[in-house]
Parts: sequence; C-alpha cells; structure tokens
Amino acid sequence: MNDTNSQHILSYALLLRVWAALLALTVVTVGISRIDLGALNIWAALAIACSKGTLVLLFFMHLKYESRLFAWMFLAALCTLCIFIGFTFLDVLYR
Amino acid sequence: MNSAQSEVNTNFLQTPRKGLGSWIFSTDHKRIGILYLCSVLSFFLVGIALGLALRLELFSPGPTIVSAQTYNSLFTLHGVIMIFLFIIPGIPAILGNILLPLQLGAKDVSFPRLNLLSWWLYMTGAALALLSLFGGSGPPDTGWTFYVPFSAITTTNVSLAATAAFVLGFSSILTGLNFLTTIHRLRTPYMSWTQMPLFIWSLYATAWVQVLATPILGITLLLVVLERSLGLGLFDPGKGGDPLLFQHLFWIYSHPAVYIMILPGMGVISEIIPVFTRKHIFGYKAIVFSTLAIAFAGSLVWGHHMFASGMSDTAVFVFSLLTFIVAIPSAIKVFNWVATMYKGSVTLAPPMLFALSFIFLFSVGGLTGLVLGAPGPDIHVHDTHFVVGHFHYTMFGGTGFALFAALHFWLPKVFGRMYNHRVATGAWLILFTGFNILYGSMMIVGMQGMPRRYYDYLPEFTLGNQIATAGSWLLAVGILLMFGNLLRGCLRGEPVGDNPWGAATLEWTTSSPPPLENFIDEPEVTRGPYDFKGVNIS
Amino acid sequence: MSVDAHRDDTGARMGMWLFLFSELLLFGGLFVLYAVTLSTHGEAFAAAGRELNWVLGTINTLVLLTSSLTAAIALSAVQKGNSALALRCLWGTLALALCFLVIKYVEWSSKIHHGLYPGGAQLAERPEGQMAFFNLYYVTTGLHGLHVLIGGALLGWVVLKIRQGGVHRSNFVLLENSVLYWHLVDLIWIFIFPLYYLML
Repeated sequence: MNDTNSQHILSYALLLRVWAALLALTVVTVGISRIDLGALNIWAALAIACSKGTLVLLFFMHLKYESRLFAWMFLAALCTLCIFIGFTFLDVLYR
Repeated sequence: MNSAQSEVNTNFLQTPRKGLGSWIFSTDHKRIGILYLCSVLSFFLVGIALGLALRLELFSPGPTIVSAQTYNSLFTLHGVIMIFLFIIPGIPAILGNILLPLQLGAKDVSFPRLNLLSWWLYMTGAALALLSLFGGSGPPDTGWTFYVPFSAITTTNVSLAATAAFVLGFSSILTGLNFLTTIHRLRTPYMSWTQMPLFIWSLYATAWVQVLATPILGITLLLVVLERSLGLGLFDPGKGGDPLLFQHLFWIYSHPAVYIMILPGMGVISEIIPVFTRKHIFGYKAIVFSTLAIAFAGSLVWGHHMFASGMSDTAVFVFSLLTFIVAIPSAIKVFNWVATMYKGSVTLAPPMLFALSFIFLFSVGGLTGLVLGAPGPDIHVHDTHFVVGHFHYTMFGGTGFALFAALHFWLPKVFGRMYNHRVATGAWLILFTGFNILYGSMMIVGMQGMPRRYYDYLPEFTLGNQIATAGSWLLAVGILLMFGNLLRGCLRGEPVGDNPWGAATLEWTTSSPPPLENFIDEPEVTRGPYDFKGVNIS
Repeated sequence: MSVDAHRDDTGARMGMWLFLFSELLLFGGLFVLYAVTLSTHGEAFAAAGRELNWVLGTINTLVLLTSSLTAAIALSAVQKGNSALALRCLWGTLALALCFLVIKYVEWSSKIHHGLYPGGAQLAERPEGQMAFFNLYYVTTGLHGLHVLIGGALLGWVVLKIRQGGVHRSNFVLLENSVLYWHLVDLIWIFIFPLYYLML
C-alpha cells in the first residue's frame, strides 16, 4: 500500500500558531461571557467552541491532511449526534 | 520456509497447533467466527429454554410452574440473552467474521487482535449476564428494556445485568469499527464498491450503526447504574431529571439496534436468492441504496416506541411519519428479491427454503409493524402480545431465519462437509409451522387484549395461549432437529467440493474449508457477485 | 510472513477515528441530557452553573490546550526522527494531564465539602434544576476525567515504546493514534468548558 506512509509533518511553527490561536479564543470566550448579552452569550460561546474544535481537528488531529474520506466520516458522526439531540427536542419543546 | 509454506496451504481447521488454546487465543477470523458460532448458539439454546418456560407458565391462567417474581426474571433474562447475546452478534459476529475477508479477497480483518478482544469482551459480558442470575437479591426483573423508575429502585441485580449489556455493547462497537476499516482498506484492489457482494454492503451499513448508536446505550445504562449506586437521579423527576429521557436515550440505540439485527439478515437473503434462482440479483444498486437508507432512516424513528409514554404530539406525529418512510426501502428489498425469482430456475434447497420463509415472515412482521407505527391503533395494542408477536416475526422470523439460511448455505464452505438435505427440509417444515402457530396466535390474543409481561390472564385468553404454547414445543423440536442435523453434517457429513451451490462470490473460489490465509493465490475478480454464467457446481 | 506485509497505517488511523466517533457519541448522550435540562429548567440550571469556579475552569482549559500542543509536537518530532524532543514533549503532556486532574480534584473537593454532590444533604435542599446541573456536572467531568486517565496511560505506554525503540521515524502509528485520542479528550473539554463554566 503506497499511501501507508504518506506523512504530513506539521512544522513546529504552525503548531505553535494554532496553539496561540486556541489560547486567544479561550481568552475571548471568557471575556464575552463576563458581559451580559442575553441569549447571545450562549451562541457566542458555542460558536467560539466550534471554531476551537475545528482548529484542533484540522491541525492537531491532521484531518486537513488526511484523505477526504476521514472528513466525510467525521461529518457523518457529527450529523448523527445533531439528529439525536434535535429529534429529542421534538418531544421536549412541544410537550 | 517449506514448513511455513505448507502451513499456509493447509486448511484453517487443521493447523499444527491443537487444543483449546489454539482456538480461544486465535486471531484467525475464521476461528473467531467459529468461537462466536459455538458461544452465540449456546446462549440461543439457553434463551430458548427460558422462552419455553415462559410459554409453559402461560399455558393456564394463574400459577402454572413458577412464581410471579420468577416469571418476571424469566422474561427479563430471555430478552437480555436473545437481544444482546444472540440476535445482535448473531449474523455479523458469526458469519461476518467468517465471510467478510473471504468475500473481499482479504487474508483477515484489519485488526485481528482487536477481533479476538471483541470475542473475549462478548464472553465477559455473557458471564456477567449469567452471574446476575445468582446472588444478591435475585435475578433482574425489569424486562430487557431496563426502564426507569423501576430499574432504579428494584433491589434485584439490575446493575450487574446493565454492566453486562455495557460490556457487550463495547464488543459490538469494536466489531463494527473492525469491519468498517476492513471493507475500506482490505478489499482486493480488483473489486470496486459496486462489485461487492450485497452481504458486505449490509455489514457495512450495520457497522456504522454499531459504531454510532451503541455508545448511547452505554452512557444510558451507566447512568442507571450510577443512579442505583450513587443516587445520581438524572432520570428522577424529584431531582430535576426526566424518566422520559431514559426512554429517548434507550431507544436512540435500541431502535437502530433493530436494524443492526435485521440488515445483515437481509444481506444473507440477497446472497442466497440469486444462487438458487440462477439469476443476477434484480436491482443491485437499489438494494445497496435501500440498505444505506434503512440504516439512516432507522436512526430517526426511535420515538415510535414511546407513543403511549406521554411524549409530545408533535413528536408522535413526526416519528410516526418517519416510521412509515422506513417501510419504503424495506419494501424495495422484498420486491427486488421477488423480482429476482421471476422466471428464474428456482431450486428449493434448504438454504432457499429458509430464505423464502424469511421473505414471508419478515413481510408479516413488517406489515404488522405498520399497525404499530400508526399512533391510533398503537394505543389499542400497545404493550400487548400483539407487539410480542410482531417483533418475534421480524426478529426471529427475520434475523433468526436468515441466520438459519446462512448456516445451511455457508457451513459446507466452512467445514467442507454437507448436512442431510432431507432432514434439513423436515426440520424447516416443523420449525416454520411451529413458528406461525406460536407467534400467530400470540398476535391474535394480543389483538383481543392480552397484555405482555403479565403473569396471569383472563380465562377468555386460555385457548389462544394454549395453542401458542403447543406451537412453542413444535418450534423447539424443529430447532433441535435442525441444529442436530447441522452439527452432524459439520462433523461427519459427506465431504463436498469448493462450490456445492454454484455461487459466484469470492469465498467459493477457494477450497472448502479455506486455507489458513484464505486464498493460496491472490484472488482475481473475474465476474460480478451474481454473474452465474459458466459457474459450475463443484 | 513478515509483520510488514500486514501493516496498514492508514487503516489503523481509520480504526482509531471510528473509535473516537463512538467516544464522541458516548459524551453525546450527556450533551442530549444537558440540552434538554437547560431548556426545561433554564433559570435554576443556570444559577447552579454560575457557582462553578470559572477561573479554575479557564486555567484547566489552558492546561489541556497546551498538553495537546506538546502531544502534537511530539508526533512531528518523531516523524522528523527527533526522539529526544518527542520524549520531552510527552513528559510535558503527562505533567499537564496530572496538573489538570489535580485542579479538577481541588474543584470537586471544594464542592463536595459544601455538600454539593449526588445524594449530598446540601444538594437535596436545592431546587430541582440545580440538582440536575450538579448531577450532570459530576457525570460529565467525571467521565472526562476518566478519559484523561486513559489517555495519559496510553501516552505513558508510548513513552515506554519510544524509549525501547518500538516507535520511531518509520513506525509511529501507535504514537499517532494515542495522540489522536488525547486530542479528542481536549476536543470534548473545549465544549464542556463553555457549557458548564461560562455561558450560564
């Protein structure tokens, strides 16, 4: 199998930059949470968590450099989770 | 080198190493498949014994052979064993393990050691389940569904049984991820996705459900155990929890689990029907599509188990609608099987008899499912023997008969020996008759109002229950006869050639039993899986 | 039959990813419960959430993010053949993992000290939504902590393998998969942190 050892060596500099971005986003999310924005607080916190998660997935976990199949599989898992949460709310919201 | 070469060439049943250790520590997928064969079928027999006891208890109203508490434990254990130890691992773990690499032209699965670990986890879970029968304050009495609040407060060994199911789920996840990786990575380069046998496709869809849905059951049961041991209370309304959420989480897994059970069975039928009609399967791509559609849509319908639970009307409406939608891909499959047989040269060999009865029984099960999927009628028959009859038609008449068909079809490949066809046909006839008497009359008494899981019943249900119990004896005789015949065939039957049925998939191109690494020479895919032109029986 | 004929690193990684999906769904069950309880017990649930120590939560987030960085660097280092750096980084990850657990311990024990634990006397007097919050908090962070332990054990094993020469420049899939697992632990924390410590 030829692709077995296809390596993607991420440079230390790139990893450090990703890490810095993650720290910065953490500071931002803590900062925002100290201001009262009502319902917006929840969405801001989730949006920042999602972007942090995306950074970890793409760079730390090399998803950006894997074959496209891995990304599709991950999306399938994520969609399944969303469906499980969403469909439960069909009951909870209208009970 | 020479001795190593000959070891590769001898068949997998006769490696130089002998004894139990060469089996229970083997990483050969075929040996692991046979380990599962022995263990799963043993637990099946235990489950049958429990089921027979249940039927015997219901032979007459009032106490017949056991106490009410024992009766509760009997149906709980019957359910736990049949669901978690028999049907879920049944086809994937036994035949999936044996056939997946063979049909893909591979030497083994992607993670052979993980595969062995799965079997050990299975055995651990099974041991825990059996252990829950003894000690403590008696065997669990909640039913296999472990519904709160009762499961949180009963003093019986529920925690042990729930832990057992947790461990079995872990085993199921590992099998699933192993199969997925194997299909993606170890398929012979000569085989494209659309040249894969339909059985592989069904295992593929099943494995996704195993990987993505099983963890939800794991966390749910864990929460029940924590509720019992630490007073956690996430399902306790007095502590801000919600018992309905238990039902949601439980069925988020357990409804897709129904498709973990049935999809591989459908895959088996898609393999057998073309071989015994000598025709290419009708609508290969439609069957593939419907397999994936069932796996996907089947994950969206768990709420139809909760129509009578007090769930919101909106949810009832949506889940009911989606339930009807799942019927479409299931019907596509049935139509395709029937269309495959149209104008074919049908041979009624034992595997085909079981496959044909699968179509009939599964259709009965599926169509009665539509009665239950409609919220109005469901309220009427909810928690009656009608439901019990319905799911035995789908699970036993479906998956069970598919497993029997598969055993009759592939065991000659695995052991290189043939069972007695006349005995097999006779056993099938007894089994099929007993089955319909048992579950058919269950559905009728259910429609009349006989509730499920009740120890006692009104006198007017006596006749229906007695007919059902008589059917259960016939069923048991048929099963014993069938297993006896298969066992005798595997050990002492007539030796058969490599391709006794004249099938076209890759596993029939190697010897029977297959050599240690499946194929002496790298297999070439020269024909489609259902292209019988020029295939000879050998 | 050499071992290498069977080796398929991409397959091994695929298997690991699939396993991570099942981990994701395991926590997913708890996220379902969180979402539902938040929507049914909004105010009381949020009131309990504000009692958590967000400073400790933030410190733990920074600790875990940094431990992920060192794990990622360790992988790059092994790929470049620099085992010494990889070992230093992995020790760093393990030290940070320990630090995370110690902080978690401090957090838990201060809450438990106040009787706020499942079945605790103080918690039983709180409104239902608050009980639900603390129950979920303990299960979620407890399960996550368990994963920190498992991930740490995995990485510890890899450290041993690197020192024995079993994991090196041309065979590092074991490290790769253990690091993947570690990142998942981090990924889940990235969501637990705002859900429990910040946004309520």
